[in-house]
This record gives sequence, structure tokens and C-alpha cells, in this order.
Amino acid sequence: MSTPHPLPRRSPRWLAAAVTVPILTLATGQGALASERTGTDPAIIRIDNFTFGPETLTVAPGTTVTWVNGDDIPHTVVAQNKLFRSKTLDTDDRYSFTFETAGEYAYFCSLHPHMTGKVVVTKPTD
Amino acid sequence: MHNPESLHPPGALSRRGALECMTWAGTGLLWSLGGGLPRALALPRALAAEGSPAPFTFLQISDSHVGFNKPANPDASGTLREAVAQIRQLPEKPAFIIHTGDISHLSKDQEFDDADQILRDTGVPLFFVPGEHDLLDDEQGRSYRDRFGRGTRGAGWYSFDQQGVHFIGLVNVVDLKAGGLGNLGADQLEWLERDVAGLSSSTPVVVFAHIPLWTVYPEWGWGTQDGARVLACLRRFGSVTVLNGHIHQIIQKVEGSVTFHTARSTAFPQPAPGTAPSPGPMKVPAGALRTLLGITRVNVIRGSEPLAIIDTPLAG
Ligand SMILES: [Cu+2]
Repeated sequence: MSTPHPLPRRSPRWLAAAVTVPILTLATGQGALASERTGTDPAIIRIDNFTFGPETLTVAPGTTVTWVNGDDIPHTVVAQNKLFRSKTLDTDDRYSFTFETAGEYAYFCSLHPHMTGKVVVTKPTD
Repeated sequence: MHNPESLHPPGALSRRGALECMTWAGTGLLWSLGGGLPRALALPRALAAEGSPAPFTFLQISDSHVGFNKPANPDASGTLREAVAQIRQLPEKPAFIIHTGDISHLSKDQEFDDADQILRDTGVPLFFVPGEHDLLDDEQGRSYRDRFGRGTRGAGWYSFDQQGVHFIGLVNVVDLKAGGLGNLGADQLEWLERDVAGLSSSTPVVVFAHIPLWTVYPEWGWGTQDGARVLACLRRFGSVTVLNGHIHQIIQKVEGSVTFHTARSTAFPQPAPGTAPSPGPMKVPAGALRTLLGITRVNVIRGSEPLAIIDTPLAG
């Protein structure tokens, strides 16, 4: 059977875009990334093009992390361990959660579950 | 828009040619469920074809996203109204309409009210399954079920029979798992097995759900992780048609006796798989928008001589 719409191959352009997603956190260890944020930086995770950015964010305990939806489609932020769950975030809506306890917090968008991210809460090394 | 007659002279419409029509047919598709091999014709061509009238016709409409007002389409209610006007002008009144979800954009009461009022103007019964955009109220779907899912089971699944065809509405937008695709869940799959257990294998089956039941493009979540269980359940049937929405564009695949088809949205188009950084709403030149939106028309013809039916133009 022939299909009228053969699926286009992923163009190299998007492949290139995909590999620029920072996997750096895993490679370099949590301490290194945590130290890149100073105490005064707002901890922001942007939602653009159905992607959480940065995909992994490392913060110190007590940090309030804010997600901002930049897409024309609503998203949510839902912890896999059910610790937090945002309402539906329409365009430019924000959701904040304060991480008190050290640990790794995996989360996803309950509307588009292929969208996943992680907040790593760890004491800064000095 | 192309003229279908110039591409396919009467009597020369091959199966392959018919499928090619789907790539540009503006708003209508005509389906036959005859002899286990559903076929599609561009609507204008099919309406002009000669032959006996079909036993019945139904429509698929999808992804109306009432409430959406972003640049890709500032007036999603307006384009839904246009689709309804088009339906009202069809020479043959459809028996009913199946809406494959994302009725609203944000599950707001006003959006559901508006959608209900607009769709009511079609003057024919409507059957719904929810999209993920219809379950965004605080009670995660209560509002949808109260309005559009009365009498359904679980999150809104059900089946019904119409003139010898068995229709199954499934919900694959609930309890989605991190990193996963669309999800049906064990309860719904067990119900499905019981639902079709007593059916003769010659019964034509139409399955509809919001997210494609087959894997279109997992990188964008376009698939259903336990969708293969549905197909396993329906493998023994001679004619199975799977109608989905969610991806706001027409994609079709045929595998044995199963035809998969996704409908256009009435609100905004989305890019072809992998052709954009994300599956978000696609902004096109104003004049092009309506060529990328539309409805699907399904014409059911029962026949007993499969080969003859395949080569016979569909009635319309
Ligand atoms: Cu999302």
C-alpha cells in the first residue's frame, strides 16, 4: 500500500537543533552547574516549542523556580512524584514552586507527556 | 485549488489516484467501507459520480479549539461556523457527526457553550470523544463529561451501532505518563475486548479517538502507547476504519484490513511531522488558512462482491 503522505525525514537542521539541548548537567555533575547560578538569579524555566529549557535546572534548597509558557498552546508542569502540579498555563502564564528539600524532581507536561524536565535541588559546593 | 475532474477523468479514478486526491482536496473526503477495503475520493469528484445512493453518510469533524485566538487563527469560532455552514449545504444530510476531540481550547464553560451552540446548528446528532484540551477544568474532565459525554463509560468511551456498522469511541488523552504517548489504559482495553466479543468478523468497525492510535511521530507525541492492543483486538474484522484528530492535518495509512485516517482541524493547521521545531499552531498566509482546515465526510456502502466494489465508483 502506498501512502499519499510519506512521512518526511527529519531534516538535518532539526537534528542539529535537537542535539544542542544541554545534556551538560549530567556530564559535568550537579555542583558545577549549580555554581553557575548566583543567589540573585531568578530561577526561570522557559517553555518554548514544546520544550522545557533548561531541561535540567540545578538550584539550592529554598529556591523558587518559575515556569513561563511562551507557546501558543497550553502546557502544564506536573511532578512525577505528585509533589506539585500547575494549573493549565496558557500563553505567558507562569507557575512557581519552592523547592525546600534536596533531591531530584522529574516533571512533565500532562497534556504533552513527551515534554519532560528535571529540577535538581542540591546544596551549592564551595 | 485544483479541479479534480481535470486530474481524474470519470471512470479512470484508480485507488492510487483517489488517495492522491486527499493531499489537496479542500474540505471533504468521501469514504466507502465496502468489501473490507475502505477507499477515499475527493468530495467534489465523488458527489459528481454516478451510481446508487449510499445507505448512509456520516461526518468527522475535529479539533475545533473554540476559544483559540492566537495568530494562527484569531477566530476559531468563526471557522467552526464556516464548517457548520458547509455541512448544512451538503446535498445529502449526514446521519450524524463524530467530533474527535479538542472541542474547546481551554475547557472553559464559555468555550464549551459556544461550541455546543455552533455545532447544534448542524441539525444532526453529534458523538464526541475528548481531546486533551477538553479535560483542563479543575475536575479534569467533569465539565466535558457533563456536557458531551453523558451515558459514556470511564473517561468517556462507548460504542454504538448504526445500520450494521459498529462504532467505537475511545479516550486516549487521560492519565498520560511522563515520556509517553497517548494512553488508553487497562480498564478501557478490557471493556473493548468485551464490547467486540460478540460481533461477527464481517461487521464493519469504525474506531475513533483523539490522538492517532498508530504511531505517526513519537518525537511529537503523535501516537498511542497501547494503541496496538486495540488493533490486536480488531484484527479478525474484515473492515476496520480508524478515525483520529489531534495532528491537524490529513495523514492516511492502510495496513491489511485497517485504514487509519486523521482529519483536519477546523481551527488551525499544524506542521507536517519533523518539518518545524515543534508541533505548535502553524501560521500561514491569510488566504491559505481555509485550504488547510476542513471536515471529513464518510460514506458507508455495504457490498457482497469485494472485487466489484473496489472498482465501482462510490455513490454520492
Ligand atoms: Cu504541553
